[in-house]
Amino acid sequence: MANAMHIVVCAGIVPDPLQTLEPITTPTGPGLKNEMVLPAVLDPWAASALYEAAALAAKNPGSKLWLVSLGPKAKLQQVMMTVAQKVAFELVPIDGPIGGFPDAHSTAAVLAETIASLPGLNRDKLLLFGGWESATRGAGVTLQLVGERLGITDQFQGVDQIDLRDDGSFEVLERVEGGKHQVSICAGTPAVLGWATGNLAEPRNNPQVGMANMRTIMPALAKAKAAKLDANGLSYLSVSLPKQQRTTRVVKDMTPDQIAAELAEWIGAE
Amino acid sequence: MESILVLTHADETGSALTKASLEAVTAGIDLATRLSAPLTIGIIAADTAASASSLPSSGARLLAVSGEAFAQARYATDADAAEAIQRAASTTIILAPGSSRFTRIMAGVAHRLGGFVDTHITALGGTETVEASRWFYRQRIEAVLSRSARPWFLLLDASTHAAFAGESGAAQVENISVELPALRTTVSGFRAPTQGAQTIRPDAKLLFVAGAGWTKKQPDGQVHVAEAGELILGFLHATNASLGSSKSLVDQGGEGNSVLPFLTHLNQIGQTGATPRHAKGLSTCCHGEEPHVVGWRFIGSRRAISLDPNCGWTRGKADVVYVADAFPVMAKLNALLEAAKT
Repeated sequence: MANAMHIVVCAGIVPDPLQTLEPITTPTGPGLKNEMVLPAVLDPWAASALYEAAALAAKNPGSKLWLVSLGPKAKLQQVMMTVAQKVAFELVPIDGPIGGFPDAHSTAAVLAETIASLPGLNRDKLLLFGGWESATRGAGVTLQLVGERLGITDQFQGVDQIDLRDDGSFEVLERVEGGKHQVSICAGTPAVLGWATGNLAEPRNNPQVGMANMRTIMPALAKAKAAKLDANGLSYLSVSLPKQQRTTRVVKDMTPDQIAAELAEWIGAE
Repeated sequence: MESILVLTHADETGSALTKASLEAVTAGIDLATRLSAPLTIGIIAADTAASASSLPSSGARLLAVSGEAFAQARYATDADAAEAIQRAASTTIILAPGSSRFTRIMAGVAHRLGGFVDTHITALGGTETVEASRWFYRQRIEAVLSRSARPWFLLLDASTHAAFAGESGAAQVENISVELPALRTTVSGFRAPTQGAQTIRPDAKLLFVAGAGWTKKQPDGQVHVAEAGELILGFLHATNASLGSSKSLVDQGGEGNSVLPFLTHLNQIGQTGATPRHAKGLSTCCHGEEPHVVGWRFIGSRRAISLDPNCGWTRGKADVVYVADAFPVMAKLNALLEAAKT
């Protein structure tokens, strides 16, 4: 129990990457066409954080894992039907808007307030996990803002690995420029870790874990508090799909020698 | 009236500003000129005198936080330094490079100062106010946004501005002292991927993208992973290109299969990977949206080698698609490139 941790994972839900996205204007600002009916998944990098958190909790008996997620209740329920089968966690849902256009500062304020009021959370043992960037806004600021609001000044972003030591300290590998990792040693919790891909594969679906999770997820969804997000002076002047379409030359009748020669010339050209 | 601060930091040598920092300086000068706003440049470095030597001709007021504690990137020290500089500068707009060092801290700093932050800014427009362009949904939707609240922090994506190149000289720098709390994090250094040679080169002119087709069965019914690895590394050696990969190819490595051992998730481009900026891109054996649309958003000239003449993702996205087997083409190409070197 020496290294028992309280791990809170912040994870949003995003449109399935295979869906075609089309921006529209709504009464509350920009949004996506048919946003509420697009199939959704747990944000990919936040999902990495969840799997890493579960692995860490499993290695350190006495640890506890919460998943805090802000989104429309109906969409959260849909996504949880799959996610709940992966690893064991306690869901803390917040009923709020979906998508990448709401202000990150408002999102962070709601998340921080929710985490601070989690029953049984020991903030001295807190590891705050999440994705380093979302697949919606992709700003990489929400988790950092939550950490700052909770008074945590040991923060790491683009994390691919954490190695916990017996004394409670841990080594963190963060992505930096040039395909390298910065290696840091942190004295211990509390800390914020914004995860990149990590090293773990996606866990296989486990129906038993799913059933155990759903026993607490459904009541939690029923009681989810509603959150309204302020714009904080943020306004959108335009939101559009990129229009650039290239005229592609499809070459079917060249030999490997000819293609290689053409490519060599192209590579050498300024 | 707006006032502008550009936050910068030193590179790994500690004695020069990073290229991304100098790009932010250019953006700051442009914006200050356009808005007729006063410009301040803040520097975080172990040795700010050396770092500031490239800035006298910018005409900006120079503020700095220096010392050994600021030689390395760390949330606690960097956030305190950036906060102190902005408190001294007290500007309405803060520009900074979107480096790993500053993306780690700038939202926290904005919160401490009662401000707001937007990141991954690719362009700054507007005549009397500031309009910032950025992408949403992983480079699928582009938006132009503005904020009425101040201070407003804007992190600029790399390679969106030219690096400032003024005359070097002795700079007058106002040093700001920062009282640091007890530090709980120590930075012990950097670690390159253990699988072999460094293959990610952000400053390269060419991006080479390898897709999962390299590990599929070839016309002889066999897979030729070792040969694929040699061809790819040979091409990188000959061109100094940066190596990107599709998710499917990287995932195969993560599952313990014997495939292209030099590839890691850091090479991945697309929805859950990087969207790098290079003048040219050559994709090989890729058959999906990820490499051709999302991962290629900021690639200038694009060519692809693919066996699928009807690949919908290359049509309209690549300039040229060669319908061919990448193995013989790359072997011939490597030979030509090596011959040209000698």
